[in-house]
Amino acid sequence: MPAKRTDVSHRTLRELADHGRWLAVSTVTQSKAGHIGGPLSAMDLLVTLFFDELRIRPEEPDWPERDRFILSKGHSAIGLYAVMALRGYFPVEEVATFDKGDSRLQGHPDMTRLPGLDASTGSLGQGLSVGLGMALGARLAGRDPRTWVLLGDGEVQEGMVWEAVHTAARYRLGNLIAVVDCNGLQQYGWPAGTDDRGDRRDPWAGIALGPVFDAFGWRVHEFDGHDYDAIGAAFAFARDGAAGQRPTVLLARTTKGRGLSFAEGRHVWHTGNATPDQLARARTELGIDDSIDDSIREGIDDGGAA
Amino acid sequence: MKAMREVWGRTLTEVGQTDPRVVLLDGDLANSTKADIFAEGLPDRFLQLGIAEQNLVGTAAGLSTMGYVPWLSSFTVFFTHRALDPIRMLVAQTGANVKIAAAYSGLLTGLTGKTHQDVQDLAIMRAMPGMVVLAPGDAAECAAMVRWATDHDGPVYLRLARDPAPELGMVPADDYTDGAVHVVRPGRRVVLVSTGVQTVRVLEAADLLAASGVDAGVVHVPCLKPLDDRRLLDAVGAASLVVTVEEHTVLGGLGGLVAEVLGEHGTGARVHRVGLRDVWGESAPNDFLLDRYGLSGPRVAEAVRAALA
Repeated sequence: MPAKRTDVSHRTLRELADHGRWLAVSTVTQSKAGHIGGPLSAMDLLVTLFFDELRIRPEEPDWPERDRFILSKGHSAIGLYAVMALRGYFPVEEVATFDKGDSRLQGHPDMTRLPGLDASTGSLGQGLSVGLGMALGARLAGRDPRTWVLLGDGEVQEGMVWEAVHTAARYRLGNLIAVVDCNGLQQYGWPAGTDDRGDRRDPWAGIALGPVFDAFGWRVHEFDGHDYDAIGAAFAFARDGAAGQRPTVLLARTTKGRGLSFAEGRHVWHTGNATPDQLARARTELGIDDSIDDSIREGIDDGGAA
Repeated sequence: MKAMREVWGRTLTEVGQTDPRVVLLDGDLANSTKADIFAEGLPDRFLQLGIAEQNLVGTAAGLSTMGYVPWLSSFTVFFTHRALDPIRMLVAQTGANVKIAAAYSGLLTGLTGKTHQDVQDLAIMRAMPGMVVLAPGDAAECAAMVRWATDHDGPVYLRLARDPAPELGMVPADDYTDGAVHVVRPGRRVVLVSTGVQTVRVLEAADLLAASGVDAGVVHVPCLKPLDDRRLLDAVGAASLVVTVEEHTVLGGLGGLVAEVLGEHGTGARVHRVGLRDVWGESAPNDFLLDRYGLSGPRVAEAVRAALA
């Protein structure tokens, strides 16, 4: 079983995630349009994937043997861009071009513009099928890369997802790993009731997704998507199944808008623009100061990144 | 008479035997589309994706990034209507190296009725930036296009007919040139422009017109996109009446294409469009459908005479 690529400390991952959250919220606020809640709920997962789990070479984004990663919930693009920038795919300063003319950082991920993106996404429910094709291709050719697909729990309402869930199990693709960011809210959602997550009803109120995936033949692991011990254990669970015959789904329980007290658990922060006051609060709550770049860099070096 | 679908399945199997990148993904219609020929010949590279066309397209997009050349097998309607979003997002917008073999196109779909008759596909696919849109006129041209499309790097939409049709006999079986436009029969006053297997019926119409003293040329347009305007303009020449004929709605397909090009270049030629005039089809034998919707040789000839009157 291939080892994970690094062993970055949890303190460093936490700082990276805070920095990523800050990049996301400050960029969206500056461009006056974009998504906040989803990028923040997925941030701890993204950071751990890109800094601690995926076999990738930011300096050689087309490396054929890299693990593939697809952000199926493409509207969380700013979260992915923030993490890719921190990981070294492009300068952090480029994040500010998000959504501007001629930018490589489109509102939804565009693989034709930005090296390092393995798929274009934006219409929900499509990423798992693309990942299925990649996993199938790797398996047909007898190659090692694993394919990771990050979905939203609202997105999993799309029928196409279940077409892929069915087919991946039939082709016994252990090298396909779905991570579902279960932040419990969608853009507008169903009115509040007895199954609330935040201020709206859960996208899957009354339905346990784990047993549904299990019934389709998938390996299932549920965990806290903001706890680095739990995330590490979940990724280890996926790693253990990668050479096997069953695809893996990791159901990450998360909080929409995680990290910003004024946004957590509130569906209106699916998108949104922070006021100057809120932005100042965000900076404080995320512990952002001018030395953060250096501190993160040192932390990664300490963690033994190669 | 050769069945285009048989030739498609056989040619793709031959291509697959020499090109290991070729895989065939089926949406549970292989015995109709004749993808079953490939399934028997190259079972390791035949992938059954079940009755799930959106996933079929998405899986193909993923496979293409791993170096494979996926060909897709399903009915036209299930591609251009049911799976249109993944085709748009994952294939056209990314320029994925995916080949869509759209079987059972047009009206003649074997007594299935309007549910399975796709008469909008050309309009839809023409509107996709980056998509190559091909409609072979006969089995030989189809075979040549399968070879060409496999070698072409990028998305290709190949419109296939279900039923056996006569050979046009104008294209060498091993040759297709990107953006070809063929003058099948020269004519000065009237030129009929057609695509796909409809060209055979247009030739019949031209014979009928010739017999009654109307000199009508026939132009076959097997590639609706990309199309070099100049090739089309040269092919229709100085004709004052251009009649487009297609097994498709007159909105946005070949008729739309020809009207756009001639209008934009200000040729002054009148364009009359023959095809489905904003109506759905129905279940009926082929002869009935061709007559009812004005696509048989005699009905096309009639339309030309009416336009000249």
